[in-house]
This record gives sequence, C-alpha cells and structure tokens, in this order.
Amino acid sequence: MSWSEFPSMSKSELRGLRKSIDQGFREFAAEYGESLEKFFDPLLSFLIFSERLLLSTPWPLMIAICASIAFVGSRSWKIVIGVVVAFLVIGYLGMWADTMRTLSIITVCTAVAVAIGIPIGILMAKSDRTQTVVSPVLDVMQTMPSFVYLIPVVMLLGIGKVAGMLAVIVYALPPIVRLTNLGIREVDSDVIEAADAYGTNSWQKLTKVQLPLALPAIFAGVNQTIMLSLSMVVIASMIGVKGLGQPVLKAIQNQYFAIGLLNGFAIVALAIIFDRVSQRYGMRIQRHRQGKSDV
Amino acid sequence: MSESNVKIHINNLTKIFGASPSSMLPLVEQGIGKGKLLEEHDHVLALDRVNMQLNAHSIEVIMGLSGSGKSTLVRHINRLIAPTSGSVLVDGEDVCAMSDKTLRDFRQRKTAMVFQNFALLPHRTVIDNIAFGLEVRGVGRTQLNEKSYFWLDKVGLAGLDRHYPAQLSGGMQQRVGLARALACDADILMMDEAFSALDPLIRSDMQDILLELQKDLRKTIVFITHDLDEALKIGDRIAILNQGRLVQQGSTEDILLRPADGYVRRFVADVNRTGVLRARSIMALKWQQEKAQNNAVVVQEDDTLRKVLHMMLKADSFNAVVTDEAGKAVGHIDADMVAQAVNY
Ligand SMILES: Nc1ncnc2c1ncn2[C@@H]1O[C@H](COP(=O)(O)OP(=O)(O)O)[C@@H](O)[C@H]1O
Ligand SMILES: [Mg+2]
Repeated sequence: MSWSEFPSMSKSELRGLRKSIDQGFREFAAEYGESLEKFFDPLLSFLIFSERLLLSTPWPLMIAICASIAFVGSRSWKIVIGVVVAFLVIGYLGMWADTMRTLSIITVCTAVAVAIGIPIGILMAKSDRTQTVVSPVLDVMQTMPSFVYLIPVVMLLGIGKVAGMLAVIVYALPPIVRLTNLGIREVDSDVIEAADAYGTNSWQKLTKVQLPLALPAIFAGVNQTIMLSLSMVVIASMIGVKGLGQPVLKAIQNQYFAIGLLNGFAIVALAIIFDRVSQRYGMRIQRHRQGKSDV
Repeated sequence: MSESNVKIHINNLTKIFGASPSSMLPLVEQGIGKGKLLEEHDHVLALDRVNMQLNAHSIEVIMGLSGSGKSTLVRHINRLIAPTSGSVLVDGEDVCAMSDKTLRDFRQRKTAMVFQNFALLPHRTVIDNIAFGLEVRGVGRTQLNEKSYFWLDKVGLAGLDRHYPAQLSGGMQQRVGLARALACDADILMMDEAFSALDPLIRSDMQDILLELQKDLRKTIVFITHDLDEALKIGDRIAILNQGRLVQQGSTEDILLRPADGYVRRFVADVNRTGVLRARSIMALKWQQEKAQNNAVVVQEDDTLRKVLHMMLKADSFNAVVTDEAGKAVGHIDADMVAQAVNY
C-alpha cells in the first residue's frame, strides 16, 4: 500500500452513493415539491405585490418616499440629497425598473429575515443548549457556497422568485440571529438582576429590558442582513430573480463591460444608502448611552 | 424585643457555591470554616449557618468586610439566591417554598431593592425608571404617574424627569434608584452598599435623605455596608458578618462597648466613638446623692459622649448627673467611665 494515495472508496461505490443520494432527493422533490410550493405561495404573492407596488408608484413620489425615509432614519440633509441624486441618475441611465425590482426583493427578504431571525436569536439567548445547536447551523449557512444549496432549492421549487428569495435569506439570515443572541446575552447582568428583583416575568424582562438594550446590536444585524442580501442579487438572478442582477449576469456572459459597470454601481449606490441611513438610525437609538441631552 | 415585631427570620442559613454544594453540608455542620472548605474542597462557603432576626420598622445594618457574605445574605430575602440549606421567613412565610408566580408577586409587593451600581435602565428616562416597579406590577397610568412624580419630588429630582440616567451624576442616579424602590410601596427595602460608590459628601447627603424619609415611612430597611461610620449613623441595630458567619448582632452601643470577639474589636477600633455613644449607655445606673459633687454638670440621657465631654470641660468638672426627659436624675458619669468608654 502506498502512502501517497489515499485509500478511498472505489469509484463504483462512490457513484452508487451519489446516485442513491440524488435519487432519494429527487423522490423527495417529486413527493413534496408541490406542497412546498403551495406552502410558499403566500410569500410569492407578497413578493409580486411589493414588486408591483414599487413599479407602479410614480417615480417622483417614489423618490420623495425614499428621501423621507432617509430623513426620518438619519436626520441628515446630506444623506437625503445623496439619495435623491442617486435615484435621479439611476433613472436617467435607464435602470429605474430593475432598481425597483431589486429594492422590492431586498425589502421582502429583510422583512422575512427579521421576522424569523429575531425570534431564533431570542431563543438562542434564552438557552445555552439552543445556542449550541443553532450556532453550527448558522456557520454552515454562511460558509456553504450558495451554488451548492441553490441546486436543491431549484429542484424543489423550480426557477423563480421564491427559490431566489430563499437563497438570499439563507445567506442573509445568520447575522441578525447572531447579533440578536449576542445583544441579549451582553445586557448588563446587574440590570437583569434589578429586573428580577422587581418581579418581572420573562416576557416583561424580554420586552422591557433585554430587547430595548439589545436593540443597537439587533440593528447592526439588520444592517448586515441588508448588505448580504444585496450582495446576493447577482447570484439570485441566475435562478430567475429579476432586478439589477440580471443585466450584470448578461454582461458577464456577453462581455458588455459598460452594462455590468452601470448596474454594478446602482447596486453599490443602494448598498451605501441602506448602510448610511441604518447606521445613523442605529447611532440615534443608542444616544442615551452617551448621556447627550436633547431627546 | 417581642416576637411579633420580627419581620424577617433567617434560620440556619447556609449557602455554598461550587460544583456540588449539598455534598459539602456535613463538613459545614462540623464547622470546617470558609478558608478550609475552599482550600481542601474547592467550594466557597458564602454563608455559614446564619441565624438572624430583622425587626419591622427599623434600619437593620449588615456589616462586614468585602467577601464576608453580605450581598449573598440580602439576596436570600427575595430569593435572588436560593439557599443550600436553611430557610428565610418573611412575615412568617417561607420564601423558598413560594411558587414562581407567588415569588414574583412577593418581589413586586413586599420587597424593593437599591443596588451599589444603581442598576438603572439606561434606555429609560428618570421618570420611567422610577415607574418601573409599578409598571411591572400592572399599576394603571394615572396612579403610576402620580406616584412616580411624587417620589421624583421626594428625592429632590423635580424637573429632571425627562433626563436619561447617563446624563446624571452618581449621586443623582442613586436618588433615582431610591425613588424606584420607594415608589413600590414595599414593606422591605434592601440596600446593598447603596451609597458605597458615592463621594463622601454626597454619601452623607444620601444618608440624611434616607433617615429623613424613614421617619415617616417606618419601613424595614436592610442596609448593607462595609463602612462602620455609615453603619453607626444609619443603623438601629448592626449585624456583623465574618467569613460567612454572624459574629454579633446588637445595638450600635452593644457593638462599640461589648464587641463579641477580636474581629469586631478591630472593626470598631478606629471609630470616633464620642459622637456615637450616649450618656445613657456609659453612665452608672444608680445615682447616689452622696457621690455627686457640687460642681457636677447636668446632662441628658440622649446627649452624646462628645457633648458630655464638652460640658464637663467647660465646667472644669469630671462629674455629670444624667437626667431623663422629665428632668429626673437617673445616673451619673465620672472620669473613669469616660476614660473607659473612649479607650475601649
Ligand atoms: N456566584 C458566585 N459563585 C461563586 N462564589 C460566589 C458567588 N457569589 C459570591 N461568591 C463568593 O461568596 C462570598 C461572599 O460574597 P458576597 O456575598 O458578594 O460578599 P460581600 O457582599 O460581603 O462582599 C465571596 O467569597 C464570594 O467570592
Ligand atoms: Mg457585596
């Protein structure tokens, strides 16, 4: 026996193994694919609804809405002007519709990630055992190359919006879960003791003490989730999600440098806007910690 | 002291921290002591068979060096810490036997706590911090507001209701902590080194505020400190812990004049006792007409030793007649008694 060659399974055994896994999954897909699709139907309608809504809103109104959200979030005129200019340029360069589609899927993905992620994070913070179980799962979700789980998702749900959205969520979910967990665990134990001493039950403790104090961390998680969803836009477009990713994909296939560049910049612009607004907002909600006046 | 006046019974309370606390109990029963248990068995004996009664309507000080078990002891009263053995009865009810729900109710209504590092909620304004206990209990808006603002005023923070804790100095933050506790209207107020983190002048202010409030409130206050001067100023009675054991519990004068052991003696060695001891506790009880000399000064039972000395020096006399409130002579003090009281 030579040490330079690893004693692996024989080729035919390996082929058998792969075949049986594939076979098993295919059967599973055939059996449950349809009911899974049914299960995700509400999500699909939500996606379609939000995309239609964004696309049908007159563009000046849309810009005004985005600018107001930016102002409420950041209280900074500089950022508001940045938002307006970015949208005007994007529109002028013919990327309005795709930008709205991307905006829509990012919003829905973030909403779903928050709705799932925060409760999971809370459960993790409440129990060490849950944390031990969930942590490695999150590691896998974040490090597994997306293409690998795109295969089963597409096999189950087919190409389309829902499959793309699931891919985005799998990738973007971990930070919000992790940071919710961390934020709650890092709440000062003295404050928790005080809450106990005044007789809070666990719901009161969660809503009146832990969540408010973990909010800055949770918000950092939301911010990261948004960034990660944006970074998945191109990959999601490979399985049929419309938006800024698709032109980029086309540009890669056909070597259209300019189209790739422009759409790439539009994605970057969205990312910067989301990031700045949410960062400013995050800073504002923890202002009481620095003891600044003006409420 | 009549039995009915006791608010909190602490019976044979032992608390051991470590991997297997209850297996250490037999050793503790044999009197192994904190040092040896840690060295040989790697368990911390935080409380060693403590028996103590705390009276209603009085300020009961628990004193001891850092690590002597004060915080652990007070946290047994509202079961923030559960005992390894022994029991705590509040108004005759066993705290350790309460269900979770009963315990929460008990904490909401019977006890309130003030912490050394304030433990305020940083995301809530002053007024919302004060309202916290009431809110947890489910008190309605109007009553909650009324009570919170009442206590805001009482602790001298009127006008600062919309500030955040981080905007206030340490002394003011602890006023918020005190108001939060008092707003709950609980019988028992537990203060774990509540003033220890404050500057001396502010600490003294807070002690005065507490004493002033206590005149009306007449709560059962369990006041923890490692500072003897504070203990003497605040306490109706003082209990002294050493290495998890109760070494003495008594009036301030008991502690000063009749220290139970060397530990207590060392504790009280440096204190300026002239400001604490009163004529009543150092005088010879029977006043005999013939012993009194004609230059004797007349002092009151309640006068401090400092005042007695002052009057004696002014009159160039070393004899004093002690009278009660009605002016009736009840005892006398001579030079020997003064000397003994000052240089215990
Ligand atoms: N959670 C804990 N785990 C282990 N040891 C503890 C714990 N809490 C307190 N102790 C130990 O118990 C003893 C008493 O502590 P504590 O009640 O905090 O003392 P004090 O308040 O008088 O300073 C100390 O030796 C301390 O180290
Ligand atoms: Mg302590």
